[in-house]
This record gives sequence, C-alpha cells and structure tokens, in this order.
Amino acid sequence: MAEPTEGGGLEFYPMDQFIIKPLFGGDVVNWYTPTNSTLWLFLAILAIIGLMVLTTSRRAIVPSRGQSIAELAYGFVYKMVEDVTGKDGIKYFPYIMTLFLFILCANFLGLIPMSFTTTSHIAVTAVMGFGVFIAVTVLGFVKNGASFLSLFWVSAAPLPLRPILAIIELISYFVRPVSHSIRLAGNMMAGHAVLKVFAGFAQVAAVAPIAIIGVVAIYGLEVLVSAIQAYVFTILTCVYLKDALHPHH
Amino acid sequence: MATETTGEATQAAGMPQLEFSTFPNQIFWLVITLVVIYLILSRVALPRIGGVLAERTGTITNDIAKAEELKAQAVEAEAAYNRALAEARSEAQRIAAEARADIQAGLDDAIAKADAEISAKAAESEKAIAEIRAGALESVKEVATVTAAEIVTALGGKADTKAVAAAIETRIKGSA
Repeated sequence: MAEPTEGGGLEFYPMDQFIIKPLFGGDVVNWYTPTNSTLWLFLAILAIIGLMVLTTSRRAIVPSRGQSIAELAYGFVYKMVEDVTGKDGIKYFPYIMTLFLFILCANFLGLIPMSFTTTSHIAVTAVMGFGVFIAVTVLGFVKNGASFLSLFWVSAAPLPLRPILAIIELISYFVRPVSHSIRLAGNMMAGHAVLKVFAGFAQVAAVAPIAIIGVVAIYGLEVLVSAIQAYVFTILTCVYLKDALHPHH
Repeated sequence: MATETTGEATQAAGMPQLEFSTFPNQIFWLVITLVVIYLILSRVALPRIGGVLAERTGTITNDIAKAEELKAQAVEAEAAYNRALAEARSEAQRIAAEARADIQAGLDDAIAKADAEISAKAAESEKAIAEIRAGALESVKEVATVTAAEIVTALGGKADTKAVAAAIETRIKGSA
C-alpha cells in the first residue's frame, strides 16, 4: 500500500489525506474550482437524499427499514430541539437538522478508505460554527432587544461578583464558535491522522499485526466519534439557540 | 491508503487545514452544500416525514378510539342481552303463574261441580232410602194386620178388621 521508502527510514504522511486538490487536474485551487472536498460535499448531499428522501418516498404508515432510519433521525433531532430550546425553538428545527445530517453524513463518508473528510477542515467547521454563532447572536438581539445582554448579567450571583462573572460570561460567549468548530475539526482530523499513522506502521513487518489491530480498533472508535461529534455539534447549537431565545438565567 | 508522492513536495510541512488559499473554495462549496441540503430537507424530506409521523399518530389515535367505541358497543349489547333475558324470564314467570291460575280455576270449578253432583246424588239416595223405609213400614203394617187377623181367626174369634188395624197402628206408633 504505502510507498516503500528509501534510505530505510520510515516515512509516511498522515496529513496528506487532508490535502485539497482540484478534482480535474491542475494545481491552482480557485474559489470555484471543484476539488476533492467538493466531491465529498456533494456525496454528502447524495447520502442525505438517499437517507431522507428516497427511503420515505412511499410515505408508508408502517415504515420500511430505510424509512424507520429516516424517522429515527427526524425524531432524534426534533426531540433534541424541543427538549433543549423549548416549543418556540421548533421553527429552527430544519436548520439544525441540516447541520446534524450534514455533519453525520460527512463524518461517516470520511471513514470510507481513500475518501476525503470534509469536516476535518477548520474552514468547513468554522463556517458552521461562526454561522451558528452569528445567527444565534442576531436572533438573540432581534427577539429580546437589549435584554439579550442579561445573558451576561448573572442575577443569581451576589452583586459584587456580577461584573466579574459578566466578563467571564462574555469571554466564554465569544469562545463558543471557536471551540464549537475546532472541536469537530480536531476530532475528525486527529482520528484520521492516527489511523494513517497506524497504517504507516503496518509497513514494518514486525509490528504489522499490532498496527492492523490498532487500525481496526481506532476505526471502531472513529465510527463512534463521528456520530458523537455530530450529536455534540447539534446539541451545542440547540443550547446556544436556547440562550438566544431565553437569555434570562 | 497510499500517501501520494504529489503531496510531498507541496505540503511537506504543516497542516493542509491551515492552507488558507483553499479557504474561499471550501467555504464556497460548503455554503452551496448546506443550502442544497437545507432546501432538500425543508422542502421535501422534513414535511414528508413529519406528515407520515402525524398520519401515523392520527391513525393510531383513530384506531384506539374505534376500539373504544366497539368496546362500548359490546358492553351495550351485553346489557341489552341481559335486559332481554330478564324480560323473557319475567314473561315466563307471568305465563307460568297465569297457567297455574287457569288450572286452579278449572280445578276449583270441577271440584265444585263434583261436590254439587255428589250432594245431589246423596239427596236422591236419601229420598230413595226414606221411600224404602216408608214402604217397609207400610208392608210391616199390612203383614201385621193380616197376621193379627189370621191369629185372631185361628184363636176362634171373629176378626174385626177395623179394630185390628187400629191396634196395629197404635202398636207401631208406640214402637216407632
């Protein structure tokens, strides 16, 4: 699999799998160039169509297996939105569902060997993270006006502590999009890099069995992480949305 | 999972994630992707699944309501059956009582008739007995008279028929 290396030194490039290349040749990545990232983004769209649209085409009262999965995903996110944000958060359900399904499908597609993990790129997760942050902040001010700022004024705390808490709250609020996006990209990138490192060690006959077992184990872990990160991203989005809708502690 | 040699030259160091020149490209295609997914979900998939789920809940609720209705009907039918049974029973009792009364009346009638017949027969018999008795008395008188007259004649007297008869009369009356 991996290239035999010259000079006896073990050489592998765990980060090369994340390189963005134009899909149809050439070296220049313009803003419009279809790249390998584009391909896997579009495959994520196809996966979502297959999961949510094709399976439900019969609209069966007694669902088929595929339709049950679609209904399960729907019910899972719907209930999450309802539980975390309350009834008035339901109207943002399609947006949250979009994020959840995109992250879930992109994560799982990235686990296919030789594929490209779009969600391992900070550019992708940052767009979503900051998108959520900006949308939620704007929504908070539109819905609550200036009283949205009471989110930072912890009225439950003793008065002398409140300014200090306000500063902490303010900082943590602005850190949100960063942690939100880096958490996802970091998890995906680290997992895939570790997989690649183990795969690289498989070149050495002595440790190959351990390396292969390691790859299998890490792969299993990555399947778990893929689903969990999609869930975490989604539920944090719900939590931020709840803060915007009900900023009062 | 080959590490292609093409990467070596261009990306030898660092993370491809921090290759800022690819950011506009990624953001552009990501935004398109998200918009497409949003449109697919909000226009097609979510209303459809929501509809199916609502329909299912509706169907289940309807079925439960229908089952409850049927159960109520069954209970009602049972009550009607019980009512009919009680009615039939009381009707049967009424008919039996009527029949009993009828029979009793007939019986009483027959008894009364029989009693009347018996008493009539008894009266008749009594009359006949009385007649017989009277007849016997007369016969005794006659026989006594004749015998007395004969005895008188045999004793050498002249039987005075009238005197004998009177004597007999007194004798019988006295003994009677």
